[in-house]
Amino acid sequence: MTEAVAAPAPKPRAGTLSRTGIRALVRDRPMIPLVLLLLFLVLASELARPGTVDPGWAGIILRTAVPLAILAGCQTLTMLTGGIDLSVGAVASMSGFVVATLVGGPGLGFGIVIALIVAGLAGLATGIGVGVFRVHPLIMTLAMSLVVFGLANVWQLQMVQTGSGVPDEFRGLGAGLLLRIIPHSLLVFIPILLMIMLGLRRTGYGQMLYAIGDNPVAARLSGAKSWQILVVLYVLSALLAAVAGFLLSGASNVASVTLANSLVLPSVAAAVIGGTSILGGRGGYGGTIVGALILTVVASLLTSLGFKEADRLILFGSIIVLVAAAYTRVTSDS
Amino acid sequence: MTAATASFEEPRTSRVDAVVGVLRRNAWALGLVVFFGLMLVFTRIIQPTYGVSGVQGLAIGVLPLAFAAAAQTVIVISGGIDLSIGSMMALTSVVAATSMKGQSEEFGVLVVALTLLLGIGLGAINGGLIVLTRVPDIIVTLAMSFVWAGAALLVLNVPGGGAALWLTDLVLGSLGNEWIPKAAVLLASLVAIIWLTVRHSRLGLWFYAIGSSHLAAFRSGVPVNRAKLFSYAVGGLFAALAGLSLTASTGNASPIPAPEHTLFSVAAVVLGGVSLAGGRGGLFGPIVAVFILSLLRTDLTFLKLNPSLATVAQGVILVAVVMFGTLVQFRRSRR
Repeated sequence: MTEAVAAPAPKPRAGTLSRTGIRALVRDRPMIPLVLLLLFLVLASELARPGTVDPGWAGIILRTAVPLAILAGCQTLTMLTGGIDLSVGAVASMSGFVVATLVGGPGLGFGIVIALIVAGLAGLATGIGVGVFRVHPLIMTLAMSLVVFGLANVWQLQMVQTGSGVPDEFRGLGAGLLLRIIPHSLLVFIPILLMIMLGLRRTGYGQMLYAIGDNPVAARLSGAKSWQILVVLYVLSALLAAVAGFLLSGASNVASVTLANSLVLPSVAAAVIGGTSILGGRGGYGGTIVGALILTVVASLLTSLGFKEADRLILFGSIIVLVAAAYTRVTSDS
Repeated sequence: MTAATASFEEPRTSRVDAVVGVLRRNAWALGLVVFFGLMLVFTRIIQPTYGVSGVQGLAIGVLPLAFAAAAQTVIVISGGIDLSIGSMMALTSVVAATSMKGQSEEFGVLVVALTLLLGIGLGAINGGLIVLTRVPDIIVTLAMSFVWAGAALLVLNVPGGGAALWLTDLVLGSLGNEWIPKAAVLLASLVAIIWLTVRHSRLGLWFYAIGSSHLAAFRSGVPVNRAKLFSYAVGGLFAALAGLSLTASTGNASPIPAPEHTLFSVAAVVLGGVSLAGGRGGLFGPIVAVFILSLLRTDLTFLKLNPSLATVAQGVILVAVVMFGTLVQFRRSRR
């Protein structure tokens, strides 16, 4: 609204890297400032405690960031259409937990299939609610997280005698480091990364996501069946969340129905820092991954500086507001 | 409270018309009241011992959640949403509990007043940041939920603190008739005082105006930024009341925000018939919705069902209500 009354921005002066120039850079190539910020944080980690930054450290950062990056992928995809998926925490926790309870009896493969089916059904219900019944995604996914969490709890009470713990395969995949540097979880993450990035750029489906988020009416008038796209989207998001849950339970060697809940807000934050607009139509997965890395490095830096949990939370929140504000500044008025 | 949601009337032709108008505008909320009444009867049937103490417990348990729902409602009516309400509750609760511990009763009055001011301040910071940065409400309040939760941990590391006796006395027990819990009276009177004042001042008009159309409000000369900030400040006041009632009903405070508090407030807003798009609804519906959701949980325990199923039921009800609401809107717009 204020743009309407604001004076027109002064013309950029030739030859100097003016403010408008920086704005254009951030707007058109958001990756550059993001990567610079990440490098700055890595440098800060090294300066704060010399000798911290080595390949082993990088491996651990990467390993911590992978589940967050996958969950942030769910947020990126849904935010592109103007939605949000707050059920990722419940779905991820449920998936890890279901596999851990089934691995002792029917076996790992069976457990994974069941977890994926349950996650897919949850996603299907969410997608139908959002796509067909036009329930606000915030409400729909919030409600779905209640449903999934409640059902997982019921399951927990059923399985309390036979609970057998996180399978070794997940532990190897989630926590293992090849040569103590390269996390095994990249084995899962790289295909996901390629799928999302290529899917968004090269496929009609990916373009549809942007179209729906940018202007739903125009998308509908140009023949996009938005409800079909949304149903598929939320199923996809739930399946991704389930995979993140497998890795997370492996990395932490914990199977609990609340395991991934603390990652929901950071996953939204990673997507926002990465330049995806919650209003839809703008963003991408590359930025989100850098966003997830930034959040992980910040968390580790704050821990190594001896900040208490309280200070870390405060700084974390402030950083998110600052970065989001910077984005809005450079992208809105031009 | 029903009167609160019914202004903007056309010139009254007759008293009957006015009454019918009020009823029609509050049909959803009244339906909820009837439903709540039926649920109470049902509860009594499945658990014949459910009586005075049950109603007491319900009212005390509902108090913080109802204030949280009120906070969310004011903000949603103004076209925003606040995901930091749970954290603000934790922060105000620990601030009150730590400063009241071991102090005199009179000092408690000062603490309560300052805590309410703190709530207004927290809300104003949320709103101010949204106005200043122009970042969507969801993102700002999500980020601020970290900040307030961190601040709560700074104030108090582990659950503790204390509450002035008069404050505890304010929510526990009954007033006059043993069937009328003090907590319910407190809730009704405080919400009525604050909301009626706001609603009938220029502020209330602004809230509904920016909620229904930001652009139209701006063009008609509503100071949209100030209005937004004030809506979050009023929300903060209610959040502080919610935090205080946590302290009052338990006698201490926990610095860890219960994640369900924020979710619950959003759920109550939707169930209460307030459109998430803003500009519509009142406080009455969401508060009744809180009572229903809480009683539902109690009922499921009485039915010897797994309490986790109550969580499932809450989710399903939430979705069902929203779908129903959307269908009704569809049919109206087709006509």
